Amino acid sequence: MNSAYLLRRIGYGLLLMLGVIVLNFLLIRLAPGDPAVVIAGEMGGATEEMLASIREEYGLNKPVLTQLWIYVSGMARFDMGESFFFNLPVSQLIAQRIGPTILLVLSAQLLSIVIGVFLGVIAARNPRGPLSAFVSIFATIGYAVPVFWTGIILIILFASAFPIFPVEGMQSIRLRDAPLFTRVLDIAHHLVLPAFTLAIIYLAQYARLTRASMLDAMSADYIRTARAKGIGERKILFSHALRNALLPILTVAGLQFGNLISGALLVETVFNWPGMGRLAFDSILRRDYPTILGVLFFASLMVVIANILTDFSYRLADPRLKDET
Amino acid sequence: MTIEPDPYAALNDPVDMSQITIRSPGREAWDMFRSNIPAMAGLIILLTILGVTLYGSFIYTGDAYDIVWAPHEPPGVTPEFPLGTDYLGRDLVAGLLTGGGPTLAVGAAAAAITMVIGLLVGALAGYFGGWIDNLLMRVTEFFQVLPALLFAMVLVTLFTPSLFVIALAIGVVSWPQTARLTRAEFLKIRELEYVTASRAIGTRNWRIMWRVILPNAAPPLIVSATLTVGVAILFEAGLSFLGLGDPNVMSWGLMIGANREYILDAWWPVTLPGLAIFFTVLSVSLIGDGLNDAFNPKLRKR
Repeated sequence: MNSAYLLRRIGYGLLLMLGVIVLNFLLIRLAPGDPAVVIAGEMGGATEEMLASIREEYGLNKPVLTQLWIYVSGMARFDMGESFFFNLPVSQLIAQRIGPTILLVLSAQLLSIVIGVFLGVIAARNPRGPLSAFVSIFATIGYAVPVFWTGIILIILFASAFPIFPVEGMQSIRLRDAPLFTRVLDIAHHLVLPAFTLAIIYLAQYARLTRASMLDAMSADYIRTARAKGIGERKILFSHALRNALLPILTVAGLQFGNLISGALLVETVFNWPGMGRLAFDSILRRDYPTILGVLFFASLMVVIANILTDFSYRLADPRLKDET
Repeated sequence: MTIEPDPYAALNDPVDMSQITIRSPGREAWDMFRSNIPAMAGLIILLTILGVTLYGSFIYTGDAYDIVWAPHEPPGVTPEFPLGTDYLGRDLVAGLLTGGGPTLAVGAAAAAITMVIGLLVGALAGYFGGWIDNLLMRVTEFFQVLPALLFAMVLVTLFTPSLFVIALAIGVVSWPQTARLTRAEFLKIRELEYVTASRAIGTRNWRIMWRVILPNAAPPLIVSATLTVGVAILFEAGLSFLGLGDPNVMSWGLMIGANREYILDAWWPVTLPGLAIFFTVLSVSLIGDGLNDAFNPKLRKR
């Protein structure tokens, strides 16, 4: 692995994040009204003292470039100001909420890739078979269903008809002081419905993509060579064809990450999952801008990190790219 | 020994031109589209939904905003309110008929804004290349880093939520994909002979971009525009569900969001608008898939 490439990629990521900070800064100033009032939030019922302290902290009576500098240097220390609704520093609020979001997003990503790829591989064995038809119908339907609506339908189903999964929150209150293992199980139990709701759209897309990409790979020369050598069909399917077919899936998985976070926002709201999406929803209702912009910053940071990781795993998976810079 | 009939004999026959119909590319695509059952089903569903939302309120004269009955009346119980009532006792049939308009209008407007920004950025980047391409693609990548729904939420909250602001916000967050697709098409086509030829006769850049390259890049862009409408409708639904729609305008997403807290008491006020959104987006995506096949020369029958 080329370390110059690594450094350049991270440098570019930092540049993108600087862009996000500047955008945040501009957004507050573009909003109609006095920025101090905007920052305090309309629902806060800001007092004159509070506004004065905000003007002081953000340097609002100084020139715009100085304000920008104050803002950027604050953000560089992860100081994102104070939430006037929650009465806590924004960084602290997000620190409490980022874990559940990462857990939800990664579980959904894992679920959709594993199940989707598996379905796609099986479908590709018989391109005109019933499973192939199912995969493409499922993908078309999955694309058209609003993700929050799927969640609601699952809540209706599992709250009354089959009460086997909890439909709200991340932990049971009565297990709060239980041993660690019990608590982990409890969280996993709560995770099932939200993660599945979020995974379902992408699962269908991965299945369709894997099927197409497997069919492509199966007609390649190296597969014919492998067959000629007498390698078993299962081994050809999983270790020869799939390895090559995985590359486009990796690309899409990286590109989908931002959409996954957007979807998590809705799913968290539906299932009362205590993550950043729920925080964004609460703070938008209260017009708590420092918190909203903090969430936007951290969500973008997650996308940037995911993109860098995707690039790297791509280079690991495709030996042809190893020496390129 | 028998003499085999010459397999190529038919090639020597004169071609009867009256037996061959020459169809324009558009006509050919339409013939292809017409024989695609899912695509035609999508078209019929979409036209039905459009017809019902545009003209339904002339036939069914209930007011979507009026409280007319007891809350949570199930569907099929009271004949005056065939689909029942919501948590306030408002008629759901009237709600669905009235709510379709804003949802579809915002979806279409947002898709139009997405296409305009995406086409402009992608065409400039792909046609001129060099530093323009570099700059525009960095900007595109920047916008792809921002999680779309979250960014749209921020935009809608900062400015007052009206249908126009919502459409604009959706457009502002969704154009990067269109820009990338347009760029790729322009990059490919600008190297072709007919572009060189029109440059040689002194056609201006602007005219080459929009009159020479764009028509040839149209098929994938039309497919993408269709799918963009579907995504924009889902977006509008998501925003209204989160309570960020225009609270004074009935829309399908708003109906789901408003009734969400009572889902365990009454499933229909949430399920029915959800189905309406689902069928709309499904029809649009079936049409998109159909167009994709219709424009694909590999699948075309000779």
